[in-house]
Amino acid sequence: MLKSETIGKYLMKPFNIYLIGVGGQGIGLLSEILLRAADYAGHRVKAVDTHGLAQRGGVVVSHLRLGDRVFSPLVQGGEADLVIALERYEALRGLKVAARDGGALVYYDTVWQPLDVRLNRAAEIQAADIHRVCAARGIKDYVVFHPALEDTRMQNTAVLSTIHKNELIPEIQEKHYKNAMEDLLQGSALKQNLKLFEGNG
Amino acid sequence: MKHMGTMLMREGPFEEIVMGNTALVRAMIEAGTRVVTSYPGSPTPEIATAIRSIPRGDRPFYFEFSTNEKVATEVAFGAAINGHLSTVFFKSVGLNVASDTFVQLSYMNILGGMVVVLGDDPGANSSQNEQDNRHFAHMSYTPVLEPSNPLEVYLFYKEAASLARRYHMPIILRLTTHVCHAKEKVAFSAFTPLQPDDTPRFNVVGGPQIPLTEEALGKKREALRKLEEVGRTANESNLNQLVDNRNRRRGIITMGLPYLSLMDVLEKVSEKPDILKLGFVHPVPRKIVEAFVKSHDEVKILEELDDILEKDVKSLAYDAGLKTRILGKTDPETWIGEYTADKVQDVLNDTWPDMLGARHPAAVLPEVVLARPPQMCPGCGHRSAFHAIKKALSGQDITVADIGCHTLGYLPPYEMGQVMMCMGASPGIGSGLSLFNTSRKVVVFMGDSTFFHAGLPGILNAVFNQHPITLILMENGTTAMTGHQDHAAVGENFNGPTDKVPVRKVLEGLGVKHIYEVDTYQQSRLTERVETAVNNPEFSVVIARHPCMLKFTREARRKPGYQAKQVHIDQKLCNQTHTCVAAFGCPTFTRHTDGKVTINPDLCIGDGSCLQTCPTRAIEKPG
Ligand SMILES: Cc1ncc(C[n+]2csc(CCOP(=O)(O)OP(=O)(O)O)c2C)c(N)n1
Repeated sequence: MLKSETIGKYLMKPFNIYLIGVGGQGIGLLSEILLRAADYAGHRVKAVDTHGLAQRGGVVVSHLRLGDRVFSPLVQGGEADLVIALERYEALRGLKVAARDGGALVYYDTVWQPLDVRLNRAAEIQAADIHRVCAARGIKDYVVFHPALEDTRMQNTAVLSTIHKNELIPEIQEKHYKNAMEDLLQGSALKQNLKLFEGNG
Repeated sequence: MKHMGTMLMREGPFEEIVMGNTALVRAMIEAGTRVVTSYPGSPTPEIATAIRSIPRGDRPFYFEFSTNEKVATEVAFGAAINGHLSTVFFKSVGLNVASDTFVQLSYMNILGGMVVVLGDDPGANSSQNEQDNRHFAHMSYTPVLEPSNPLEVYLFYKEAASLARRYHMPIILRLTTHVCHAKEKVAFSAFTPLQPDDTPRFNVVGGPQIPLTEEALGKKREALRKLEEVGRTANESNLNQLVDNRNRRRGIITMGLPYLSLMDVLEKVSEKPDILKLGFVHPVPRKIVEAFVKSHDEVKILEELDDILEKDVKSLAYDAGLKTRILGKTDPETWIGEYTADKVQDVLNDTWPDMLGARHPAAVLPEVVLARPPQMCPGCGHRSAFHAIKKALSGQDITVADIGCHTLGYLPPYEMGQVMMCMGASPGIGSGLSLFNTSRKVVVFMGDSTFFHAGLPGILNAVFNQHPITLILMENGTTAMTGHQDHAAVGENFNGPTDKVPVRKVLEGLGVKHIYEVDTYQQSRLTERVETAVNNPEFSVVIARHPCMLKFTREARRKPGYQAKQVHIDQKLCNQTHTCVAAFGCPTFTRHTDGKVTINPDLCIGDGSCLQTCPTRAIEKPG
């Protein structure tokens, strides 16, 4: 986690967030909430999401970069301070392609089996495998799992709650996340998601 | 945040976080654009999403998805010669389809002006190649402006529109995938709605616009004159930018997203090179470029894809007798892929090894992560179709794919579709494969949007020249891969209801004699139909129909009283043949280490297309 010397109106050093998931998991909404929350918190922010072919069950990513001196919206390999994954395999992929040693990983521990596992050409990885990789690289891992969620699309909000509770993004506070959610959700969806967000993330 | 459509129409100035594609629509509104056309293709469909957010009655311009990019270009051109500022947008390879029309544009006197927005795709994120459309700009004498971020998309479009209007010519606004999709806060200007002039101002006072014989040469002369004039304007334009780091030894000329990547990479460098960032990339602003080259010992051309700018710069440096070392592309890798910061770091490290050093090794870690190629969605009718069609064919037969969601059938476990090129190509390719070939049946696939887009000539050719192949028309009632845009068989266009043009009627009209129709969920029936069709010695078509289930499920979820349903596996009946998970291959099926199969509750939509695939009937209907 970033320490207080970076606190000020703007971060001096860029803070890079790399979101990764499978097409169909709704990563776009989560990245949009983070983007708007970062803006409410006074950060300058750039972002980019995957659109197109990969949205059909392939790997989808969103990049978010906070800070004064950020140019491209794309996070460089090995430079993500925070990797957010919506699936176990994608957590491993995020660690491999984006995570910085000493950074953080939050992931929702569901599995959407890749083709090779379904065809019995490869074995399934476990949460312990991910923990091992994180431990070796000084990356703090946060595992999120809610067996009782009514709607799978709310897994994103459970992840968001963990990010907030552990203050994983500098300067973004509860009210900023909530403002962003209010911008993007309405009616009962907003209510349910706010409840989950405030709950035991 | 306000509703997108309301925001886009605001009259006062405002700031908002937007995608490049959204910023473009605000620019169209402010510029007074009257007609916009397109055919969907990544990275551009979100431009239409933004347009759709403005209620039709409030939309200050006419928009349509045309049947293909060529027609879209023609509609925009036709509107523009009546005096309306128009714009056409499409993806990189769309320009191949539009090219017959496009290359003529600069020959014409385009009264209202016309902006051609291209979504190029370095890195081939969602395309069958990563072609560099600046080649087309050179070939057709058309100027190109290239922004690097959403703010510039907005500003550069307005500049393109004003040039197009002033010179009555086409101007290209060249975007790339991560410029279209980048999001950032943009400060927009005020917008004053003007009463539009609907007068059809087309006239033939200067003679008819028919570029034939000598007229064609005269029009080419005029195109070249305008190009030169724009080139002079480019020298004065503040769309080009100099980053003066007081480095007289090293300079870099670049543009677009590579510029942003470069700026990121240079954050780690103490002795930064000077940078000339071009906004006008064709024609190059000669004066500015010459002065920049002259004032440095070495100049690197940092250019994504092909060496177009490099050749321009080298030739003008030669003409000016400059001694500067101009460093361009080296090995083929520098021609390939998107110029992300990682790529730029590698390229610069080859050019000036002392400046940066190699990349941090953390980027290349040893863990193996299983590939996850895109795949058909749960319930997809194409999956049922492939599962059934495979049973009707022998391993020797040849299958030709086309563009669309069904292309994904080439992957295991289906492996249907062994060659693919571009939209509408499958019947032609299949016809060629059938020549001299009496032993291997030829089956070609095509989606319904593609059918209308570029499929018809190849089908007609198979009828006309009697090629004995079978076309399987994968009709899902939408242009699925690009985000569910309507096509001619749907009964709906962008602006409202319209008459349906059923594919069957079109096929009959083209003279196809053998047409079979079946819903793809009826798998054994489909297998039979395909067997019949491929054994028919004449050209035949099987219409394999099922609505796109992604679209269907999304729409169903929005209706009140929607109940999610899922199938269930009776573990007592399951004897682990694994047909569901390994042959039918719906991503919903999860295989456990002990061989047990379960349903992934995140994925199953309860469509039940899998029930018939289980030899022991262990998959139960959604309850
Ligand atoms: C010339 C051209 N224009 C646009 C595209 C973008 N594109 C990729 S897939 C696709 C959808 C085709 O729709 P359809 O044929 O109905 O197949 P579906 O995806 O619905 O299965 C399009 C338009 C392209 N690849 N080439």
